[in-house]
Parts: sequence; C-alpha cells; structure tokens
Amino acid sequence: MSVAHMSAHEREEIETEEQRALGFWLYLMGDAVIFALLFATYAIMIPGTDGGPTGKQLFELNNAAIETALLLVSSMTFGFASLQVKAGNRGAVLLWLAITFVLGAAFVFLEVREFAGMIAKGAGPDRSGFLSAFFTLVGTHGVHVTMGLLWIVILGAQVAFKGLTLPVASRLHRLGLFWHFLDIAWVGIFSIVYLPGLL
Amino acid sequence: MAVLTSACDLKRAPVLDPKGPIALAERDLLFDAFYVMMLVIVPIIILTLWFAWKYRASNTKAKYTPTWANSVKIDAITWLIPAVIVIAVAVLLWRSTHRLDPYRPIESREPPFDVQVVAQDWKWLFIYPEQGIAVVNQLAFPAGRPVSLRITSDTVMNSFYVPQLAGQIYAMAGMQTRLQMLADQPGKFVGRNSQYSGGGYSDQHFEVLAMTPADFEAWVARAKQNGTALDAAAYTALAAKSRANPITYYSTVEPKLFDTIIDKYRHSGHAQHAPARR
Amino acid sequence: MFGKLTIDALPFYSPIAAGGAAVTVGGALLVAAVLTYLKAWKYLWTDWLTSVDHKRIGVMYVVLALIMLLRGFVDAIMMRAQQAFALNGGGYLPPEHFDQIFSSHGTIMIFFMAMPFMTGLVNIIVPLQIGTRDVAFPWLNAVSLWLSAAGAALVMVSLVIGKFSTAGWTGYPPYSGIDYSPGVGVDYWIWAILISGVGSTLSGINFIVTILKRRAPGMTLMRMTPFVWTALVASVLMAFAFPAITVACGLLALDRLAGMHFFTNANGGNMMNYVNLFWIWGHPEVYILILPAFGIFSEAVSTFSRKRLFGYESLVYATAAIGILSFTVWLHHFFTMGSSAGVNAFFGVMTMIIAVPTGVKVFNWLLTMYRGRIEFHPSMMWSIGFIVTFVIGGMTGVLLAIPPADFLMHNTTFLVAHFHNMIIPGVLFGYLAGYMYWFPKVFGFAFHRGWGLGAFWCWIVGFYLAFMPLYLLGLKGMPRRMETYNDPTWQPYLLVAMSGAVVVLCGIGCMVMQLFVSIRDRNKTRDLTGDPFDGRTLEWSTSSPPPPYNFAVIPTVGDREPFLEMKEKGIAYQRPAAYEAIRIPSNTPIGVIIGAFAFVLGFAMIWHIWWLVLAAGAVVFAAVIVRSSTDDQEFTMSAAEVKAIEDERFRTMGSRP
Repeated sequence: MSVAHMSAHEREEIETEEQRALGFWLYLMGDAVIFALLFATYAIMIPGTDGGPTGKQLFELNNAAIETALLLVSSMTFGFASLQVKAGNRGAVLLWLAITFVLGAAFVFLEVREFAGMIAKGAGPDRSGFLSAFFTLVGTHGVHVTMGLLWIVILGAQVAFKGLTLPVASRLHRLGLFWHFLDIAWVGIFSIVYLPGLL
Repeated sequence: MAVLTSACDLKRAPVLDPKGPIALAERDLLFDAFYVMMLVIVPIIILTLWFAWKYRASNTKAKYTPTWANSVKIDAITWLIPAVIVIAVAVLLWRSTHRLDPYRPIESREPPFDVQVVAQDWKWLFIYPEQGIAVVNQLAFPAGRPVSLRITSDTVMNSFYVPQLAGQIYAMAGMQTRLQMLADQPGKFVGRNSQYSGGGYSDQHFEVLAMTPADFEAWVARAKQNGTALDAAAYTALAAKSRANPITYYSTVEPKLFDTIIDKYRHSGHAQHAPARR
Repeated sequence: MFGKLTIDALPFYSPIAAGGAAVTVGGALLVAAVLTYLKAWKYLWTDWLTSVDHKRIGVMYVVLALIMLLRGFVDAIMMRAQQAFALNGGGYLPPEHFDQIFSSHGTIMIFFMAMPFMTGLVNIIVPLQIGTRDVAFPWLNAVSLWLSAAGAALVMVSLVIGKFSTAGWTGYPPYSGIDYSPGVGVDYWIWAILISGVGSTLSGINFIVTILKRRAPGMTLMRMTPFVWTALVASVLMAFAFPAITVACGLLALDRLAGMHFFTNANGGNMMNYVNLFWIWGHPEVYILILPAFGIFSEAVSTFSRKRLFGYESLVYATAAIGILSFTVWLHHFFTMGSSAGVNAFFGVMTMIIAVPTGVKVFNWLLTMYRGRIEFHPSMMWSIGFIVTFVIGGMTGVLLAIPPADFLMHNTTFLVAHFHNMIIPGVLFGYLAGYMYWFPKVFGFAFHRGWGLGAFWCWIVGFYLAFMPLYLLGLKGMPRRMETYNDPTWQPYLLVAMSGAVVVLCGIGCMVMQLFVSIRDRNKTRDLTGDPFDGRTLEWSTSSPPPPYNFAVIPTVGDREPFLEMKEKGIAYQRPAAYEAIRIPSNTPIGVIIGAFAFVLGFAMIWHIWWLVLAAGAVVFAAVIVRSSTDDQEFTMSAAEVKAIEDERFRTMGSRP
C-alpha cells in the first residue's frame, strides 16, 4: 500500500507509531545515562573495599561468561522473533519469544545465584562501598532484564489474543530495542566489571 | 544618613578589609572582575531604560522599523563584545587560580607555621604539632609568618572559613584539604564553618589571633600550663556533639592524632579517600 | 503494620509546627468543602483530573506551581523573620525547625514551583505555536503531571506527618546519610524528588518528540518560535540531566535503606561522588528552568515592541550553545572541595564561556526594543525588569566563577543573593510574564492589567530590598543557613531584607486580586477574536480558549511569524469549504490513579510500611500494563460537531468589530 492510497486515519496511525519509536529511543538514551553514571560510580569505587573482598576474590569468570552467552543468544532469538513478525507468522513469533524468555530467565537465575553466594560469603552490598557499587550496577541491569521478561510475557499474550496488529507489532519492535539495549549494557558490565576484576 | 553609616560599616566588612596577602589578592580579583563587568552591565541597564522610554508607544515621533530584524554587522558585534570581555576575565581567572591555589605554600623568608584543623560537631579543634598543644575554637599564630593548614573533619562536611585572611575550603572525613594564610599585623579575626552541618552550626565560630612572636610564646606557655591532656579518651569525649563550645586548651596531644582521625575512615589506607593531591 | 509510623509523628511537640500542619489540613478541607458545596466533584473529575488535553494538563501544572509558590514563599518569609530577630539566640524558631524550612523552601521552589510552572506553560503553548492538536503522548503527559503532583503532595504531607529534611535542598551526604539524619525527613526529600523526577524525564521526552515530529506543514526548524526553541533545548536537558539526580538520590536511598556505602564517611564510601552527580543534574537544571523563560521574554518583547525579534538566528544558536555548555560547568558549584588549580580553572573558564551566548541574548532583546513601539503590558514590564536585574546577577555570577574569589564568597549570603538574582528575575519573572501574556488565550477573558503591574512593581522592589542586603552581608562574611548569629552589625541588613519579603508579599496579594478581579469581570472582557495583542504566532490564530482540537484545519506555515503573515495577506480568518472529522485522545483516569498510588508508594517507602509498598507498586504496575495494552485511545469528533464549534466562534467574532 503506497502512502498516497492511505486514509488520513491510517497515516495518522503510522505517524503515531513513528513518534512512539522516537520517544522510546529517547527513553533508552536516558536509561543509558543512568548506566553511564552507575559505571562511573563503580569505577571510582573499585578501591573502596574497606579491607573486605575485592573483585578478584569474588568474581567467577565462568559464571559471567555463561551469562554473557545466554544474553547474546537471547538477543539473536529475539531477532528471529522480529523477523517472524514481519513474515506475519504468529506461531513462530510465540515460539521465539518463549525461547528468548527461557534464556533471559536462565540469565536472571544465574545472577541471583551469584548474588546469593556472595551475600552468604559475607560479601553483600552493605560490606563496602565497592560492593554497594557492584550490586547496584549489576542489579540495576538484572532488574531491567526481569522487566523485559515480564514484558515478553505481556506481549506474548497480546500476540496470542490480538494477533500481529500494527499496535502489537510496534510494541514488539520497542521491546526488541529494549532487549538489545540490555545486551549492550551487559557487554559493558562484562568488560568493565568482570574482566578487569580477574586480570 | 543610613547609607553613610552602612558605607562606614562596609569598609570594615571582612571580605572588603583583608588583613593578609592571600585574602587581599582574592579581594582584588573580586574588584578587578567587578570593574570589568561594570563596563558591560552599566551600559546595558542604561540602554534598556532609555530604549523603553524613547520607544514607548505614545512617543510617535520616535523612529519605528517593525521589520528590521537582521544585521550581520550587529550580530558580529553582539557575539564579539561578550567574547572579548570573557577572554579578558578568563585570562585573569586562569592565572589567579594557579597563583592562589590553596595547596601552594606562601613564599616567605619565614618558615611555614603548621596547624592541623579538625572539624567536629559543632566546633573546631586546632592541633599544633610543633608546640605539642591543642586548642578548641581558637586559632593563634605569629603574625607575619605563613600559616600552613591541614584540614579534615571528624563528622559531616564542613567548610573552614576565615574571610579576612584566607577564604575557605571544605573539611571532609577521611581526607585532608589544605589552606594557606598569613596575617600582616597582629590582630583578632573571626573564623566560621560556612557549610551547614546540623543543629549547632550557627554557633560554630572560632577566634583567630595573629600575635607578636613574644605574645605567641606566652600564649603557648599559658596553654601548656592551664590545659589538660588530650589523650584518646579525652578526644572521644571531645568529639561528641556539643554546641557553642568554650575555648579549651590541651597541654599535650596524643601523638599522630590528626593522622589517626583521618585513618579512622579509611581502612587499609586506600587512596580513593585522599583528595587528588596532598 | 505501620512501619516506623506512630502517633508521635504528628506535630504536637511544637505550636509552630502544629500550626503549619493545621493550615495544611485546614486548607485541604476547605477546598474539599467548597468543591462539595459547588457540587463540582464530578466536573473536576471528568473535565480536569482525567483529562489528557495538553491545555488542561498545562493549566493544572500552573495551578500546582502557584499553590507551591505560596507554600515556598511562606517558608521564605518565615526565614527572613527568623534571621531579622535572631541576634544572640533571638528569633522564634528552634534550629531543628529553621533547618527544615530552608530545606523545604529550596526543594519546593525548584522542583514543585519552577518545574511545574515551566512544564505547564510549555504544555499549553508549544502545541499551539507549532500548529498541532496535542503533544505526542497525551496520556504520558497526564502521568507526568500526576507524578509531579505526587512529589509535591509528599512534601506537603511532611508538614503533618513526621518532619521534613534538614539537609538543605542539595541534601549533601554524609549529613543526609542515615548516621547523621536518622529521621524520615531526608526520605521525604528523596522520594518527592525521585517520583517527580520520573515525571520530568517523561515530560522532556514527550516535548522533544512533539516538537520534532508534530510541527505544522511548512514549519521548518528555523521557523519555530523562540519559545519552542528554548522548550526544545530545555526538554533535551530534562531527558538527559534528570537521570543524574535519579542516580544521586537513588544511591542515597540505598545507603539509607539497605545500609550501603556509596556516600558514607567510612566503609569505602565517597561523598564527593554525590556532589558531582547532584550538580551534573543541578547545573543543566538551571538552564532547564531559565531557557524557556528566555523564550517567553523573546515573545513578549517582540509582541509588545510591535516588532520582529532581532537576531533570531543568533538567539537560536545561543540557546543551543547554552544547552551544550550547561553540561560542562557543574564543578563550579564546589571549587572549595580541593580540586587542583587546573581543574578549577578549566571549569571556571567554561563558566565564563557560557556568559557569551547569554550576553548575546540580552543584546538581541535590547535591539528588538530599539525602534519599536513599546506597550507597557505587564509582560513587557516583567521583561524590562528582568533585563535590568538579571545582568546584575550575571555580574555576580562571573565573580563567583573565579575560583579564588569563590573561596571568599562561597557559602555566604552573597551566593544566596546571586542565585536568587538569577532565578527570581530570570525564571520567575519569565513565567509570570508568560502567565499574564497567555492568560486570555487560555481562559478567553482579559487578565487585569492594573493588578498585574502592581504585582510587578511589588515583586521587583521587594526583590531589591530582600537581596541587595544579602550581597552586602556576604561581603561581611555571613554564611548562609544561620539560625542565629552574634554579630550585631548584621541585623540592620537582615531587617531590610525582611522588609523586602513583606513587599513581595504585597506582590503576591496583587496576583490574588488580579485573579479575583479578572474572573469577576470576565463577561465584560471576553476575548472574542482570539488575538487580543495583535499577535504574531499561531497560538493567536485560534479561538480563546482554543477548542479541544486547537485548529479545525492544520495551518500551513510560510514564515517565522506565521499568524502575522496570514493577517497581512488577509487569509488569517479564512474558513474551509468543509470541515473534517478529528480524532481526539479520550480522557482516562489511569494517569491520576498512577499518581495517587505513586504517592502511596513513596509514603510507604518513607515509613518502611513494606506491605503497602508492594500493594501500591502492584497497582501502579497493573495500571501501566492495562493502559499500554489498550489499542484504541481516541474518539472521533464528527465534521458536524467541528463545524458547529467553528460556526459559533465566527458568529461571536463577527458580533464585535
């Protein structure tokens, strides 16, 4: 359907979705500012261990590497879901969303397990400034992923009940932006928090 | 009449009436920038009022050019005038900021006189490492000799402020900041905390005494004779909250007390607590 | 069950605190009684509280701002009264109470007076000036409003239940940490700011998208009005600076709630990080507030000088330059923290540089007045008063930007005088100019000029009386925030400052009278043309008040002053052959529900009532999910309905010459 043949209402609807996309990009950039400041806070608090454990003593590269892999693959599977949205294949969209959900949930599980292990060792967020910054930075990302999981469930339900309508498809598009953004934020965490902590 | 009294009163205003080279240089800087800025703001104020009057709607004789809205020449001037002034003040700023860096010792033939300063709730403790004494709420030193202050806090952030001699710098726990001052003549000045720090903040001022060398020796002797010992227990009692603390002398001081106070907040001495420089 | 909340939280410990609580509760009850008497609850709910119309949301923002202006001013005059008589322990307030007052004064004036006032004016006017029917996200706009209102409500509730923070509006740790401020005061401050801050971030995003994506055909970027330009730059700053205060307050909340050590003295904390984070937001915030005011001055000076704005391009570039530079000067708020001379000098020079575009703007306003036909409407008076007074504040700002001079003047009443000298003429005068300029557009009847001029003269005289003595006291070395003092030579200055606050009070009285008289005479002063000031821009092309859809036909823009051009061409009031149906966003209670439960959430966090935190959080969450899953959020106004409204407009317009 070319632009000239659209009704005013259809044009308005497309413009609305464009505005929502721009608005969501702006939100992501604001969120990126939050992560940037949390990264900066973490960087200046690395020495603030208060005689307690350091990153080197606490971080396990294996765990972080598996988390990274889970999140990267989930980004890919979300990409497949997006492709199926374009193809209009409702069942395949639901399948790929489900796989993405499982991968994301596994990520959150590993992160919670890591946090619980550290707290059990007496290395909780109240132990030192360094650990406060670590838990807050990584935890903020984890909360984002959890929100993303909830969002996948909600949109999955919408796909199932409403079908791949324009509003639903555009919501899926924004969820995709969000999910990929979390990937980028995690790559930052992996390379700024986990790698130097071990090298 | 009121204006006259106020003018006489302001002549003695601490910031305008400095008693040492650092405060004098800072005040002169204030004046220099003030004069430069007057070159801009006085014409702007006059032009605003003049235009408002001249081009009032009822004055139909005045020229009226409703569509005149552009002039590259005037645009260039409106950018250039502020730019030139800003460059002038920026040069002044760059030089003076380095010259008057509070960490930079005052050049003098006299050796610097060291005092360690601790902000507490809500008072100031001055430790004299050379003399081995400490005093609460009174800072005395020989006039004419540069005074080199090391400042920390044993509570929240404070700001050590002596307007007639040195300006101010923050006092922060686990860290040490520095300030230099010199009094040209013997005299008595007021020092304060200027950073709000809680209920007793308003009474957290102290006496600054610049003395002749002889008077100063006598003052030290009196402190040694009349004071008590500032050991660990006495310090803990002193550090507790108190308002409008009287001037108190301590004849001896626990060795390295100042460093102990800083180290209390920095387990294993990590560098992140130290300010950028010493 | 109720966390830390016990009966002791009620302010029966002090007659003054109890009085404040009584006024707050009494005021709320009075409003409720009047609404009940007028049977206005249903009207209020259906036409206002649940509205997503940008004009109504804007009006509600301004109402919030004016109420909070009153509250903030009461704080101000109480402080002036205390200091005027506080020599050697005099005065009527204990330190604990005085400290709450200066903290709430700053917090309210910045977050709950200036921010809503600005957001309200941008909301009302920007869509009209760019020729669109609403903002990009009307529902989100309502959420922003109600989150701001929730934050303001938390500050007001602290008067009745518990106490407010004593840590000043900047809340510097470690003083604001749990070790030194164990009460709920700082938590009130944190949650008020966090909740309203989310609203401000969303407003910023909303305005950016609105301005970038919804301009009328033909309105290029360089044809936008100066107000739209300044609103755009301010919105960018809002979207990207507010995350910094969210982080600063969020980490402080974690320190206080979860025993973390971001800003504590010991255990590896670093308070200097807070100071940096706070001012990374704080300095752009100054420009978030002042840039839209600059835009309003530009509009008013041009309209009431009956002349095209001089140097439009310069003004646009200056606005953009200020927006960028505002992120590079934050350290000048703490030259006295011991940074190296090089760092201090760098930030000092950056601060100087920001004076250049500001100077350019001043020259442009002057040259717009030059060879104009100036009409002394209150908005023009606010503008003239602003230029004259603001340059004095700019001058003292340059003095403070020189680090060694700042060592002398920092934290004194000179600093207090300086930033009030920027914020009162630069921000508040601008908003009041906008308020008096656009009032007839929004309500459809004239705003009384005499009382407006009275308000102006009282405010400006009061300002000089209140703050010039504070400059001088700063030179006399008086620190800010003193509850008592022992230097008798300070008292005369403080008495003069107090008299200034009384004169400002008269100005506020004039504003109340202006509202009263204008509403009383509204039927005699109807604005039937929609263009009472011979305006130049699109908001004057529609009726006053504008219809729900703003423009029956979206205008096509061919000039920077589109409405003036249309009038000159004689096509300003042309009617189309046929009207079209218009889609309008439907009202929804979800915005006000989210605001209400965000308030409950904040209150429960403050008092550690965890079950209520979960419950309120769940409601907010559910509301967001329900709304974001709703596809059809609009209704259609038929062509016939549009025609009926437009017919009525042109009928009444024709009835007047």
